[in-house]
Amino acid sequence: MKHHRVLRVAAKLLIPFILLFALYVQFHGDFGPGGGFQAGVIFAAAFILYGLIFGLENARKVAPPALVTRLVALGLLLYAGVGYGGLLRGGNYLDYGVLLENSVAGQHLGILLIEFGVGTTVAATMISIFFLFAGRDT
Amino acid sequence: MLREILAHYNYWIVIVLMMTGFYIVVSRGNLVKKLVGLNIFQTSVFLLYISMGKVAGGSAPILDPDIKVYANPLPHVLILTAIVVGVATTALGLALVVRIREAYGTIEEDELDLMDDEA
Amino acid sequence: MGATAIVVLRLRSLFAVVMLSGIYSFLAASMFVALDAVDVAFTEAAVGAGISTVLMLATLALTGSRERIPVHTPPLPLLVVLVTGAALIYATFDMPAFGDPAAPANLHVAPRYLGDSGHEIGIPNVVTSVLASYRGYDTLGEVTVIFTAGVAVMLLLGGRRGQDAGRKRGDDDAGDAV
Repeated sequence: MKHHRVLRVAAKLLIPFILLFALYVQFHGDFGPGGGFQAGVIFAAAFILYGLIFGLENARKVAPPALVTRLVALGLLLYAGVGYGGLLRGGNYLDYGVLLENSVAGQHLGILLIEFGVGTTVAATMISIFFLFAGRDT
Repeated sequence: MLREILAHYNYWIVIVLMMTGFYIVVSRGNLVKKLVGLNIFQTSVFLLYISMGKVAGGSAPILDPDIKVYANPLPHVLILTAIVVGVATTALGLALVVRIREAYGTIEEDELDLMDDEA
Repeated sequence: MGATAIVVLRLRSLFAVVMLSGIYSFLAASMFVALDAVDVAFTEAAVGAGISTVLMLATLALTGSRERIPVHTPPLPLLVVLVTGAALIYATFDMPAFGDPAAPANLHVAPRYLGDSGHEIGIPNVVTSVLASYRGYDTLGEVTVIFTAGVAVMLLLGGRRGQDAGRKRGDDDAGDAV
């Protein structure tokens, strides 16, 4: 769809705001609706829009598939790792209260980290699934 | 009596949607259409859970000193994750459809059966 | 929503079916807002109307977008659906009424989450604190499911026929395993 000038200009305008909105949803999930799952999907949507408008080759340059596939596992590992952090500090698995001296602050940190892990896995999975479907030739 | 019966209308909406999705899955032979039917079925289950968590006069479960009644947050949590898992499994189903199409050249169920019988 | 679902059933053009399923998701999302589930509505709008539509369209591009007209429609599926539906409707009369604050589902753990998460976790969005903290195991499992589904799609579609996808990733694990 490279030759549609309107689409190209509109996408260029929209994509930064979609990414910004995804980050807002990611880190504001504690206070309003949102969180890792939604943020991951919105983040992936920005890359999918880029891929649809500017072609798959350019999208692969922006988000190299080798990196994206690693991020899929990395998000999950971050989540599981936070759980082990709780174990190392003498608490239960996935108990964030012991991560810091103050229990509530520990919960905040734990939730922030695991939401980030969720967001990473969801976004990377969606982007790589899109690459695989779009890269398949008929 | 009638009031009591009509108080269950949320379940009826869910059942109508669920049966429509179910009918698409069992009666249509096209695999992509079957997946769309499965999605409709899935959404009706989401609606069932969320409607059970609704509390009359309640508000969204975001704590605020001025609000006393909230909707039940537990179904929201379960369904929130279920939606994202749902799209991941749908993608897996679609990937299988693409592979079936490459192997058989068709995605109509009866043609697939016919080719399997011949083989 | 019901009308959209029935039109999906009747239509033969798969392209229209996929677009309608996107509209169906949007309607479901607005329904969730009306039922006070803002987080769920948000997810449904982003996932159902956004990502799934794109994935289904990508599949249609690979498989063709006309459904073949069936030779005959057997009556059995309709019968099964009607009987199941009738049984389910009969079962609803034992269910709690819509919006009942005293329904069993609203009495067990929900009051504890709503009452105590404010000072235990210290964040206002109860859905996030239940999701990430009280039911952290649950969410870990869900993320693992997404991970597994992603890996399965890579195994199915990352093989030889998707040439540039396979070659670009080079020495990637998923490419080797196929």
